[in-house]
Amino acid sequence: MDSRAILAELPRLRRYARALVGSREAADDLVQDTLERAWLRISHWQPGSDLRAWLLAIMHNLRIDQIRRPTLAVTPIDEEALEFPVRATQTDRIELGELEGALSCLPEEQRAVLLLVALEDMSYAEIAATLNIPAGTVMSRLARGRERLRRILDARSKPAQLRVVR
Amino acid sequence: MSLSPISDSDLHAFVDGELSEGRHAEIAAWLAEHPEDASRVDAYREQKQGLRLLFAPVLDEPLPDRLRALAEPPPSAQPAPRPAVRSRWSLQRIAASLAIGLLGGAAGWLAHDHYRPPMIAAYSSPLPHQAAIAHVVFSPDVKRPVEITAEHEDQLVTWLSKRLGTPIRPPRLGALGYELIGGRLLPGSSGPVAQFMYHDASGQRLTLYVSTENTTNRDTAFRFAREGPVNVFYWIDGQFGYALSAGISKNELARIATAVYDQFQK
Repeated sequence: MDSRAILAELPRLRRYARALVGSREAADDLVQDTLERAWLRISHWQPGSDLRAWLLAIMHNLRIDQIRRPTLAVTPIDEEALEFPVRATQTDRIELGELEGALSCLPEEQRAVLLLVALEDMSYAEIAATLNIPAGTVMSRLARGRERLRRILDARSKPAQLRVVR
Repeated sequence: MSLSPISDSDLHAFVDGELSEGRHAEIAAWLAEHPEDASRVDAYREQKQGLRLLFAPVLDEPLPDRLRALAEPPPSAQPAPRPAVRSRWSLQRIAASLAIGLLGGAAGWLAHDHYRPPMIAAYSSPLPHQAAIAHVVFSPDVKRPVEITAEHEDQLVTWLSKRLGTPIRPPRLGALGYELIGGRLLPGSSGPVAQFMYHDASGQRLTLYVSTENTTNRDTAFRFAREGPVNVFYWIDGQFGYALSAGISKNELARIATAVYDQFQK
């Protein structure tokens, strides 16, 4: 495994981790743990295979370990202000802040599939291999996640339209 | 009009380009005549595009040094050192080498996969969990984070020492950029414990939880626990259990824990 190849993957790993766990600090901790474990498992790495998929699979396993541990569901209160100082605020129809809020309402297993499709452009088969789940499970998590996001966003956009009319 | 019925899965596979050309065309024709399905497909596309836009800025952020450093193989990626009993280990050395999970031996944090049982054992101590809860409860409090502020440090020291039944004084962390805000008394498992709170110039808060309830009389090395976003270093020294909690990186917290440890040794 070559250091430059890892360095090249880091921005994407950070982006995926941020989208998955929400906070910058927790996401970077997850990336750090992933890299540490990757170096420990370096003998398992098959040269020529997809490095990003391998790292994402390690991250996924770490995340499962973390979720099994008892944790406190809290967010440091100063963090939200620091997130994403510069970004687009909406697509044609979706308010991105609302999308972020809706995303955080999904179970993590659905969020992971949605993000691998949207951010990593992975095929359903690649996602099944990375998450070590059957292809049918990828599809059902994707379908439930997308439908739930759609409902949440629909519910949020309607009251806003009413206000405009008044 | 289509050869096989259109399922939910087809709509997702259509959005994600997972279909054969022929099937893709069939779905497209179906959607042209089924506006409800078409609007769902549009919504899914919007979500996909929205997620990309939402998280695109992360790609342009500068990489944190701690991650950049890990693109290189760490020294511990070499075969793990054989566990050996060291009679006297230096805390600075532990912190400096980031061998955070070090449990009286040579099992470094980077080798934690090989040493999972001790990590789990360490986690079962109630100390880090109690400390993390106390951190989470009090540190976000803007107006009343402490009972007695640093302005009245003498009173704080007298009061907490009296309640804990032993002299206790907050360590000085100014050299590391953290100033005392104050402290409070809390209920522990069997009696009072003390919490000191500090903050740095950016407002980042950390808390030091000091318990005098340890009766097992077994000192421990630094141990690390993570409770959600809160990182905790804790150690036991005689009757005292110490836990340092903050939402900062392990490395930075290790540096501060080392300083705290040193001051309590004096």
